[in-house]
Amino acid sequence: MVILLKAIMISGRTLGQGASCEAKMSPEFFKATSFCALSELDYNALGISEGGNVLVKTEFGEVVVSAKKDEGLPAGVIFIPMGPWANAVVGPDTGGCGTPQFKGVEVEVEKTKMAVMDVKELFSDLKRTGGEAS
Amino acid sequence: MIIKGGFVYDPTNGVHGEEMDICIEGGKVVEKPRGGDEIDARGMLVMPGGVDAHAHIAGAKVNSGRIMRPEDARRGIEPRTKLLRPSTGYTVPNCYAMGYRYARLGYTCAFEAATPILESRHTHEELEEIPIVDKGALTLFGNNWEVLECVRDGDLDKLAAFVAWGLLASRGYGVKVVNPGGGEAWGFGGNVKGIDDPVPNFGVTPIEIIRNLMKANEILRLPHSAHLHTNNLGKPGNYETTLATLKAVEDISASRNRQVLHVTHMQFSAYGGTGWRDFESKAPEIADYFNRHDQFTMDMGQLIFGSATTMTADAPLEYGNARLLHAKWSNHDIELEESSGVVPLVYGRKMPINAIQWAIGLELALLTKNPWQFIMTTDHPNGGPFVNYPEVISLLMSRAKREEELASLHELASKRSSLPSIEREMDWNDIAIVTRAAPAKILGLPEKGHLGVGADGDVTIYDINPANVDPSKDHKKVKGALAKAKYTIKGGEVVVRDGEIVAVPQGRTYWVEASVPENQAAKVKADLVEKFAKYYSIQMSNYMVQDAYVTHPRVVKAGVI
Amino acid sequence: MAEDVLCPFCGCLCDDIKIEVEDDRIVGVKRACKLGSSKIRGHERTKAPMVRRDGELVETTYEEAYDRAAKILKEAKRPLLYGWCSTVCETHKKGILLAEEVGGVIDSTATVCHGPSIIGIEEKGLAGSTLGQIKNRADLIVFWGANPAEAHPRHSMRYSSNSSGMFTPEGRKGRKVIVVDVRETRTAKNADKFLLIRPGTDYEVISALRMIVAGKGDLIPEKVAGVAKSDLEEAAGMMKTARFGALLFGLGMTHSRGRYKNVDNALSLVADLNGFTKFVVMAMRGHYNVAGFGQVCAWETGFPMSVDFSRGAPYFNPGETAACDLLARRETDAMLVVAADPVSNFPRNTVEGMAEIPVIQIDPFPNPTTLLSDVVIPSAVCGVEAEGTAYRMDGLSLRMKKVVSSPYPTDEEIMQNILDRVRRLGDDN
Repeated sequence: MVILLKAIMISGRTLGQGASCEAKMSPEFFKATSFCALSELDYNALGISEGGNVLVKTEFGEVVVSAKKDEGLPAGVIFIPMGPWANAVVGPDTGGCGTPQFKGVEVEVEKTKMAVMDVKELFSDLKRTGGEAS
Repeated sequence: MIIKGGFVYDPTNGVHGEEMDICIEGGKVVEKPRGGDEIDARGMLVMPGGVDAHAHIAGAKVNSGRIMRPEDARRGIEPRTKLLRPSTGYTVPNCYAMGYRYARLGYTCAFEAATPILESRHTHEELEEIPIVDKGALTLFGNNWEVLECVRDGDLDKLAAFVAWGLLASRGYGVKVVNPGGGEAWGFGGNVKGIDDPVPNFGVTPIEIIRNLMKANEILRLPHSAHLHTNNLGKPGNYETTLATLKAVEDISASRNRQVLHVTHMQFSAYGGTGWRDFESKAPEIADYFNRHDQFTMDMGQLIFGSATTMTADAPLEYGNARLLHAKWSNHDIELEESSGVVPLVYGRKMPINAIQWAIGLELALLTKNPWQFIMTTDHPNGGPFVNYPEVISLLMSRAKREEELASLHELASKRSSLPSIEREMDWNDIAIVTRAAPAKILGLPEKGHLGVGADGDVTIYDINPANVDPSKDHKKVKGALAKAKYTIKGGEVVVRDGEIVAVPQGRTYWVEASVPENQAAKVKADLVEKFAKYYSIQMSNYMVQDAYVTHPRVVKAGVI
Repeated sequence: MAEDVLCPFCGCLCDDIKIEVEDDRIVGVKRACKLGSSKIRGHERTKAPMVRRDGELVETTYEEAYDRAAKILKEAKRPLLYGWCSTVCETHKKGILLAEEVGGVIDSTATVCHGPSIIGIEEKGLAGSTLGQIKNRADLIVFWGANPAEAHPRHSMRYSSNSSGMFTPEGRKGRKVIVVDVRETRTAKNADKFLLIRPGTDYEVISALRMIVAGKGDLIPEKVAGVAKSDLEEAAGMMKTARFGALLFGLGMTHSRGRYKNVDNALSLVADLNGFTKFVVMAMRGHYNVAGFGQVCAWETGFPMSVDFSRGAPYFNPGETAACDLLARRETDAMLVVAADPVSNFPRNTVEGMAEIPVIQIDPFPNPTTLLSDVVIPSAVCGVEAEGTAYRMDGLSLRMKKVVSSPYPTDEEIMQNILDRVRRLGDDN
């Protein structure tokens, strides 16, 4: 059993994410993008229970997402659909070319009892300091 | 307005430097205007607005050139002003720079050399954004599946109906043929080796494609003739292909009072030798042929040293360029229709091949006796950007300048061409012909290129006195004066004053609507319905260029009926 | 029934969609995939313009929203005008003009998507074709770092692996499909050959393939990035002996370590392959008109994205002038977001830059960017409620249709209104 899994995160498109991407405040979008897929090996090694969540951490941030198995993933690679949950752990560096590195992010994963935040909660701590109407 | 007392060169109407007034009213040249502004043109050169009959100024491959060359965009940057959008680029300027720079040169009309039907919406989006000049685009037909099939089946009437339909679908002005057959062979990486080399999968030869498109062009009585970029362009020894092509179409007659075939950027098609080592000019042979056959016309395709971006529907040629020069290479095949390539390069004075190429363009111009058969171009931006036209003009007018240049080039320019021995110097009348009167006549634009009553009020005044300046000696003055018009007048409106843009009207887009018998149109439609169902990647109903893309049309009618 | 409608979702720009309309409302969509039909059928809309007052977004009039937006942009020293991928070219033209007039930076979603591909093209050029050329001729399809089964669902059947044409009458049976990815995706399941590579190793694998293609395979070790040499040799062999090969690549290349260098190398591989056979390459553009923005921006400014007008003349330097750069470095002081959702799609730290500046959003739909906006202006959905021009992933331009009316102004009209007010606010030089 593994307490803390070191893995590489890939974020990207899925059918579910795409079908709800113009409805990002909806439960469909939440369901489609707030999960993390792991290989069967990694899922079992972390001891995640059915319907359980994981905490994914990088130097840039951390996020709680629900966990599921994906037999297409090799061990050590996890997949989070593109969107606000995945981007909570992606760094801002654009490597001098303007594009952040959304795939191949080094992460740490552990199972967690914490709840997955909905999309409003994800951004509720962002203090707005600019632009109010006077 | 009245343009008073300038030295007017209007070859179409037999005016050769007469000091006279030009009157414009309602956007047209008139005998006598009812008042209006006066422009004092005394001591200055007055000509019709320039007409660029062949340049790559709008469309997918031009934009490919921009996208792949940010280093080019960084040259020639001019910030926005109250009147003007920003300008960028040297060989692939942005749309605004195109219009402003043509106008500053005194050009008022420019034609896009090649638009593929499927991507003509894009061509027109860009043409719409080029300010000031009137414009049009020539539609590519030489590798189109429907064309190849009509040629294979010997169905000339259906071919003519398809050409009419293609011009409507693309809002095009004329029939452009580029490396016919080769573009289709390039679909599997091949090319055609000569005019009798059959096109794979279609069994027709390039010369058959050329002959049939020329005939279809005449059946439709189009204002312009077929416009040809020869097979084997750019290859040593290709002058034989060029002459063989012309000989094989000598029997075809024009349906109007104009040439029956226009061969474009002839410099690239006038090569001798068997390889790069013994590469040499065959311009004298080409010019001699044109001197004996007045049913053909050509344009120059002059090289300008420095940076250029080659872009052409001759895709296999561009692949070859890229490999030879280890240059970055863009290619774009267009399903069922054409293919194209874009390769940036630099022409060097000390590069033997480039030096000879430079000489060839000038030889062609100077050895062709009748200037009405000749148009000055650089095949912008293949030979070089059009902002260099004053350089070319000053070379045509001054043997001394040519000698100076030759001295700075690789010696093979002198050894492998006849340029050093050519004494001829063009005069203002010749220049007015090869930059205004001839392109207008060759394209079939009766209201352009001259200053007779009824012509469009497009006039250029250059600050140079033909009575005082000897172009042969003062070639620097010639170049300087032609680079920045004193006045450019477009449709009776002053758009350039002292080399600066003062107005930015929108020009009009010429296109040809050709009518054909209903039964032929129906046959074409049936073929197209099948092609769209099986082969095209879009629906037929989404194919044609819509009215929204040509907001200021100038429709020329033609056709069978 | 509205026929031959263009789908306003992905870079496939399918133009054969049928939409059933009753009483000016959409009641059915045929032929579109799940992604397109979901958008066409519609979602919850932002009902009215809003401005933020005392921390909350409150409804207001379009007039007030336009005034606020114009004021924000006019007062900013270096505003960022971002998005553009899900609106038509006519909107882009107004956006670029506005950016020029307010001395801002204009950038599209390409910089978080295929921006590295553009940079790769600037290095090497793009040996490409239209999609129909691939359909009619390709007997080998290579998907690299792309998962069209989930991102471009009808691509295979309309244009690539499962399509049929003049020289490809057998469709899928007559061609081979290679998929290269870091995981076995749905697309990989349809492959004849699947190369599983380790994340971040695209560059090495491409280099190895190039060496094999060039006849220097003996210099390659037995394993490259986890892939067996024999597999690489087999793949390279398939590429060299194809009659017409097509390499279609996605964000696996542009988002991974190496970014534009991966693309540069892939473009070079395709150029190399042209020495042996016919090969084309295509970037699988995500949104239906991100390619269109690149085209319009290039012909209007000379550059395809990340154009900074703050000095009066266009300045292009992704890495410095791209949206994510400006926000991360706090080098922009206001943001206009049109037809995109950066709050969802940018890294969290970058989004924090947006929290410190005024944000204007123009979009039909509410999304996380709305949560951070100070002015929200709802618009009509292009391609359903408004017509205009869009460019498919292969650069083909087509006209989007208006199928039903809507009470909302178009993006184009909104932009014009803001432009008018910016001009009224004073000297634009």
